[in-house]
Parts: sequence; C-alpha cells; structure tokens
Amino acid sequence: MQKNKARSRFIVACVAPATILAFIFLVVPTFNVFRMSLFKWGGYSPNQTFVGLDNFVTLFKDENFYRACRNSVLLIVVVTAITIVFALLFASILTREKLKGQNIFRVIFYVPNILSVVVISAIFSAIYDVNRGLLNNILSIFGIGTDSPMAWLGDQKIIVYSLAGAMVWQAIGYYMVMYMASMSAIPESLYESANLEGASRTTQFFSITLPLIWTNIRTTLTFFIISNINMSFLFVKAMTGGGPDGASEVFLSYMYKQAYTNSTYGYGMAVGVVVFSFSFALAAVVNRVTKREPLEF
Amino acid sequence: MYVRMNEKVAGTKTSIVPKVIIYILLVALLIAIVVPVAWVFMASIKQNTEFYGNPFALPQGVYLQNFVDAWTKARMGDYFFYSVMITALSLFILLLVALPASYVLSRYRFWGSKVLNTCFMAGLFINVSYIVVPIFLMFVSGDKVVKSIFGSTFFLNNPFVVSVVLASTTLPFTIYLLSGYLATLPKDYEEAAYVDGAGYFTTMVRIILPMAKPSIITVILFEFLAYWNEYIISMTMLTDPNGARTLPVGLLNLMKAQNAKAEYGQMYAGMVMVMLPTLILYMCVQKKLTQGMTLGGLKG
Repeated sequence: MQKNKARSRFIVACVAPATILAFIFLVVPTFNVFRMSLFKWGGYSPNQTFVGLDNFVTLFKDENFYRACRNSVLLIVVVTAITIVFALLFASILTREKLKGQNIFRVIFYVPNILSVVVISAIFSAIYDVNRGLLNNILSIFGIGTDSPMAWLGDQKIIVYSLAGAMVWQAIGYYMVMYMASMSAIPESLYESANLEGASRTTQFFSITLPLIWTNIRTTLTFFIISNINMSFLFVKAMTGGGPDGASEVFLSYMYKQAYTNSTYGYGMAVGVVVFSFSFALAAVVNRVTKREPLEF
Repeated sequence: MYVRMNEKVAGTKTSIVPKVIIYILLVALLIAIVVPVAWVFMASIKQNTEFYGNPFALPQGVYLQNFVDAWTKARMGDYFFYSVMITALSLFILLLVALPASYVLSRYRFWGSKVLNTCFMAGLFINVSYIVVPIFLMFVSGDKVVKSIFGSTFFLNNPFVVSVVLASTTLPFTIYLLSGYLATLPKDYEEAAYVDGAGYFTTMVRIILPMAKPSIITVILFEFLAYWNEYIISMTMLTDPNGARTLPVGLLNLMKAQNAKAEYGQMYAGMVMVMLPTLILYMCVQKKLTQGMTLGGLKG
C-alpha cells in the first residue's frame, strides 16, 4: 500500500508540470481562438459582445480574405509540387548514383533548413532587390531586363512567385534528407535484378523507388501542407509584410494582421478558425486521394 | 543508413552523358545554396559605398566597423545576450519538464495515462502561429491584474515568460520524440533497480535518463535551432523597443531600417550574427542532426 502511494505521488510529480504548462499555453489559447471568433472585440476596449457567426458572415464577403486564400492555395500547390519533385530527384541521385563528394552535397543541401526564416528573408530581399539585387544582375548579363529591371518584390503579380522561390530554397534539403533515409532502406537486390532485365534508371525510379517509398511521400505530403501554411506566414511577415498593398497576404498573415496589428481580435480569430478547418480538411483529402496499398520489400 | 549509402553496389552502369547532367544538376543546386550564404558573409565586411557598385564585386577590404555598429548602435549585442539567455532558459525548462513526463507517459500505466498520451499527440497539430495572439491577449489581461496589485507589469516584455511559452509550445513534439525512444528500453532495468531498493526518482535519474542520452541530444539540437531562429513569439511578446529583444527580431528591425537609412553593412553584419552560431553547430553535429531527424520523424 505504501509503495502504491509512492508510485502515485511520483507519477503526479512527473506528469503534472508538463500537463499544466500544455494546458495553459496550448489548450486554453486554442479554445480561445474558437471562442473569440464568436465575439466582436476590437481595440483595447474591454467590451466583448457576443455576435454569433457575424464574424464569419463578414469574412465570406471580405475580398482581401479571398486574395489571401488565393495566395495561400497557390503557394501550397506550387511550393509543394516543386519541392517534392526536386527533393525526390536529388534524393534518388544521391542514393542511387556513384558520385564523388556525395556527402558534401548532402551536407550543403540541408543548410537552408538550419537558417532562421528571418535570415532567409533578408537573403532573398537582397537577391530580389530591383537595382542592386543579385538576380537582376545575373539576368542583365544575359541582357534580360536591362532597361526595365524586374521588381520581384514590388510587382503585385510576381511577388507570390518570388515568395515561392524562397520557400522552395528553404525546404528542398529537408525533404531530400527524409527521402534519402527511406530510399536507402530499399534492398539493393531489386535494382540489381532490374538492371539485369535492362530497365533504364528512369523506369527503375518509377517502378521500384517511387512505389516503395510511397507511404513516406504520403506522410510528408500531409505534413507539408500543414507546415506550408505556417511557413508562408513566417516568410510573408519577414519578407514583404503582406505588401505591396496586401498583394502577398496569406492565410495566417491576414489573421495576424487583423488580430494583432488592427486589434480586431474577434475577426482575426474567425480567420484562424476557417484556416484551421481548411488545413485539416485539405490534409484529410490529400491523405484519402493518395491512398495506395502499401508495398513491402 | 549511411553505411548502406556508401557501399553502393555496382550495377548502375553509368555512361558519361547522364553522369554529366547529374553533376550539372547537383552543382547548380550547390551554387544556388552556397552563393547567397557566402555572399552575405562577403557583404558584411563591405563599406557602405561599395553596395552601389556590382553586387558580386569582392570587398575592397575587411571593414569590421559594420559589426561594431550593429553590435552597439543597432543593439544587436544586447539582443545577442537576450537570445542566448532565452534559448538556454527555454532548453532548461523544456528538459526539466519534458524528461520526467516522457518517462512516466511512456513506461507507466496509470489512471488516465492513455488519455494523456493521446492529448499530447493531438498537441502536435497545434501550431504556434494560430495561438500566438490569444497567448498575447492572455498576458495583456494578466498584466492588467498584476499592475493593479503590484503597480508594474510582469508577463509582457519579460524574457523569462517568453522562455516558458517557447518551452510549453514545443512540449508535445519533445514528449513524442523522447517517449518514442524511452518506450524501446527493456523493462528489466527498472525491475532490477527496485530489487536493489532504488526509489522511483533514483531509478529515473540514475538509470533511465543516462540511457536516453542519444534522444536527449537530438532534442537539444532540434530545439536549440528552433528557439534560436524563432521570431513570431518573441516579436509578439517583447513589444518594448528599448527592452529585451531576440536577434531575429533585431534583424527584422535592421531590415526595415536599411530601406530608410541605407545602412547595408550593419544589416549584413546582423545576418552573420544570427546565422553563424547555427552554422557552427551544424558543422560540428550535422550527421547527428540529419540522423536524428529521420528517427524523430517529421516536424511541421
């Protein structure tokens, strides 16, 4: 009996701090996002008025929100597609080919992942700079845009693609390392017999490598979507601030702008609820669509 | 896995042409990553006038005044100190709280243990970006109460509170990673310890935690990078322009300032200050980091 009591005390002492902290800083704020979305609460006035779904009604008429949606969805599609294709390509090159300096490539490709988003944003601001930027300087060598240099971060039409470039740059190495791990677990014998049969490397990639790491790709895809929504926020906040004129606003930067900068908390939280639901719905759909019978080796 | 990758079995007979294409691809990505980073280091020792010429020109000399200016005038020195402090404190709080919790959650069955485990797993899906404003508002109203009693604020602009928030929001991932590892250790260790008369606490500290060292190192590496590079929480919670700030937030200010004042050198010096510690750490432990990442699975 004495031992039981000691055991319970030990368990509580170990678990309680983590549970309390997670409750205060994760559960309560999450609950508040949903609760506050039903209130009209602006500025620093203490008055919270319950307005039901009014915030959502306003939201669905908000042109700026739709623009943020378009940008977010575009970034999800473009960045995900490009990153995963390149990550798979480089992962299969580095695991399947006999190359000199293989390790150096792997180590260097991962570097962007350890840099702060703020640093990457600063780097890309320098790259995209109209007059002194690296990109326009390189382009001018080939005679492109010498009289009217491209405003990579100033043009409302191309700014989203400029953001996409920075995000792909940041993410390729991370996903490449993920795929390399699962690719190197594929038994070599499969490739040997494919070689004997005379299958080309492209065929080998599509009929051996890809199906065998499909489970891994599925998981990364789901996570990619959820993390892309977050990453695009971090990049927009540091690099463009949503500008010019709101042209590069994305889901969460719009939420942050409404809730923090404009102090319309209730409305901002309504944006949060919609984005939260959207990201989970999208992840679920992707998960369902990409479902295949898992293959074993 | 690395052994496997290196002992590449023959069989991929490669003719010259595809090999050249492969090298071109690899080198292209290599250049795309190395050149911008190296360029920042180069720009950080340039004088302001040099920024108006060709951006690829080599620096005319080593102009270290940029670092001095950034360190003192732009207060990056203060921010560096706060970044070190917040990162260290957050790591300390995280390990202090997460280690016992992961140990008990992964190796003890008790009333509610299943529910708690599921809750922490669900916590993996809560992203800080969604909840940063509600946490901020919580602190605003908390500060009102504190101020009416003690006459000064406590929660906002307090680096210690930022550390607690950072540690708390990374708890689910850390517990997930640590308990995944702890669950693989055989039960016999505890039984042997109890037979020898060791208490629960002694068993955990003396026997189990030393064995969990690889996973603890992984957690430290990951979260060091996460805390050091983080800027949304510290930007939102540290609002006083003359008070505590972290390096990334300081760098954001420098970025805004250079548009107005055209002090480029300072900004690049600031960038070097933010990324140099992480680059040095990465060079020392890159193998551990990438290995740990594949063990720990994904992080959003």
